[in-house]
Amino acid sequence: MGIKWDEFFITGDPLILGSQIAILLTMIGAVAAITYLKKWKYLWTEWLTTVDHKKIGIMYIISAVLMFFRGGMDGLLMKAQTSQPEMEFLNSQHYNEIFTTHGVIMILFMAMPFLIGLMNVVIPLQIGARDVAFPQLNALSFWLFFSGAMLFNISFVIGGSPDAGWTSYFPLAGKEFSPGIGNNYYAVALQIAGIGTLMSGINFIVTILKMRTKGMTLMKMPMFSWTTFVTSILIVAAFPIFTVALALMTFDRLYGTHFFTVSGGGMDMLWANLFWLWGHPEVYIVALPAFGIFSEVIATFSRKSLFGYKSMVFSILGIALLSMVVWVHHFYTMGSGPAVNSFFSITTMAIAIPTGVKMFNWLFTMRKGRIKFTSAMLWALAFVPCFVIGGVTGVMLAMGAADYQYHNTLFLVAHFHYVLIPGVVFAVFAGLYYWWPKMFGFMLNEKIGKWHFWLFVIGFNVTFMPMFFLGLNGAVRRAYTYSAESGFEPLFLLSAIGSIILAAGFAVFCYNIYWSIRYADRNISSDPWDARTLEWSTASPVQFYNFAKLPEVKSLDPFWHMKKKNEGLTLHDSEIEEIHMPSNSWLPIYMGVIFGIAGFFLVFEWHIAAAVAAIGIFAGLIIRSFDYNEGFHVTKDEIHRIENAWRKTEGEVHDHVS
Amino acid sequence: MEHQQSKSFPISHVIGFVASLVLTFAAAGIALKTNLSFKVIMWIIGSLAVIQAGMQLFMFMHLREGEDGKTNLINMIYAVFMVIVIVVGSIWVLTSGHAAH
Repeated sequence: MGIKWDEFFITGDPLILGSQIAILLTMIGAVAAITYLKKWKYLWTEWLTTVDHKKIGIMYIISAVLMFFRGGMDGLLMKAQTSQPEMEFLNSQHYNEIFTTHGVIMILFMAMPFLIGLMNVVIPLQIGARDVAFPQLNALSFWLFFSGAMLFNISFVIGGSPDAGWTSYFPLAGKEFSPGIGNNYYAVALQIAGIGTLMSGINFIVTILKMRTKGMTLMKMPMFSWTTFVTSILIVAAFPIFTVALALMTFDRLYGTHFFTVSGGGMDMLWANLFWLWGHPEVYIVALPAFGIFSEVIATFSRKSLFGYKSMVFSILGIALLSMVVWVHHFYTMGSGPAVNSFFSITTMAIAIPTGVKMFNWLFTMRKGRIKFTSAMLWALAFVPCFVIGGVTGVMLAMGAADYQYHNTLFLVAHFHYVLIPGVVFAVFAGLYYWWPKMFGFMLNEKIGKWHFWLFVIGFNVTFMPMFFLGLNGAVRRAYTYSAESGFEPLFLLSAIGSIILAAGFAVFCYNIYWSIRYADRNISSDPWDARTLEWSTASPVQFYNFAKLPEVKSLDPFWHMKKKNEGLTLHDSEIEEIHMPSNSWLPIYMGVIFGIAGFFLVFEWHIAAAVAAIGIFAGLIIRSFDYNEGFHVTKDEIHRIENAWRKTEGEVHDHVS
Repeated sequence: MEHQQSKSFPISHVIGFVASLVLTFAAAGIALKTNLSFKVIMWIIGSLAVIQAGMQLFMFMHLREGEDGKTNLINMIYAVFMVIVIVVGSIWVLTSGHAAH
């Protein structure tokens, strides 16, 4: 099989050596700590084998925060390298690897799992269900994502990172120009994680269509449920395209086909075309749920119903439809005919219309509202102006003719950071502050939260605003250095300083989690924000069966009306019935591990080993086919005991709207 | 959980699976092993793809179990839209202007 052991571990770079030692020490430390605290059994039964949507959601979020750290470090390294002209901190190869992993990790392993994590925690609660439609499939989704993410992450210490950009355009990403195994990591790890994401999409479509509680028609669903629904449809529409594209890439790189090599009769631009057929909807797959989070947060803290509910729904559908027909705007300069570029210019600009409708709806929701400036609301408020800057520069880039000027410059990089950071990162922070008490039964500290907010927002603007001007002055993206004569230095330095403030904001966020776990008040109401939707009508943290009695919905903002009319808030003993719940399973984590192993062998092109590991995958499929576990029933006594524990607590909100 | 187990052998699935393989290998064979002109090959394998997609709809996708006509209709419209966007869109984008050369 020709194993080159000297190339197995990356050696010779002090930064990477440091990381290798840090990874080793962290792993030893984690194993030692778990063993010392005797937590292996707890970890296995409560977390690793769980099929509970809330715990799976929390695991998604923990992974996402870790990946945020990893992707953020990549970003800081890039900013350090470009802070001065002719800097020799990173060489060009290392820089290429870092911007590639930064992009892939931030989009696919930070933004996606953060949002899917929040969806997992919130959606079944919002629609009044006891779990998602396919709980075990949900666990499998998580473990496949996790497996893909870990496989991708080890690339920088074992074998070498992919270095052809997060878009991995051919011919650069092909065997001819990238002979190392780095890009195999891209092809294989993203494939594994992508399978998990596709299953999540299917799961949430079925959950939302089939498991809404009594009375909750589609047009009475909370906005986050709506955006999750439409996002799931987009996932099912777009991810198979990526699956196919990655499979073709894998064949090209591993088995010598020539789908994307011109000399072999293929077409390199087909990769760009397929990549963006998935990649553009992907942008909306991460943006739409974020819009949903802002809708919930703004309505709650403005203490009003969401303005223009129907127009919100139609604008989401419009955005989803348009997002499928704009992909060429990523490669206008490829040189398609004027008809193609004009068509895609128009569709791209048209997306600004439904997005603008949503913006005005949020503003009108706040109008005459009694706004509470909580941390969550601050993120939503900062989102509005920051995202508008991203959107307006997006309309500039949408014009095919003008794009020849902006293409491949830092102007574009600044634009999509202005879209993705306010549009996704602000949203997940807002969502995390908002739903944290529902997940854990205590709140994140508001005062530290405001430090986090201000540092992060100021740092974000100082980092990325200069890049608009650098781009207009001609600074290209993905260049590892520049000359002193270019005059780029002051703005690059300013941007680097901004990134330090940004990092400080993230550090304060981590400190806030630590502080709140240690010191936050545990004796809080199950509805601390005086919120409007069903997830707040049950205990915090939520009992494993979610609702002792499934709620009945009569209008939008159901919990708000329940509180106002004092209906359905209490539970009579006669209403308690046995609840049927799914059992834990070891299969999802087993599949994650075995997919990871098979994938690892495939990356190194050890085909026989990969084939042997693939037998394990089929074994898992067969075991699952003969799995007749029907779950278990929660007894009335147990429900009684759990419900009494939280319903009789001091400070519990029962029937007031302040 | 109610079980709707049909005891009969899933014969239509097996036929569909075998037919899919035959159609795929036929396409590969025509593309790789014949000396027909590029245009003819494209038309033949394109037609085989359409036949296979249609056959899979009937064999695998429960189209004949149509208790819920509305859902089927929505799914069909969705599928046709996706095919037009992906296939027709890609061909249009990749064969116009400089991209064609």
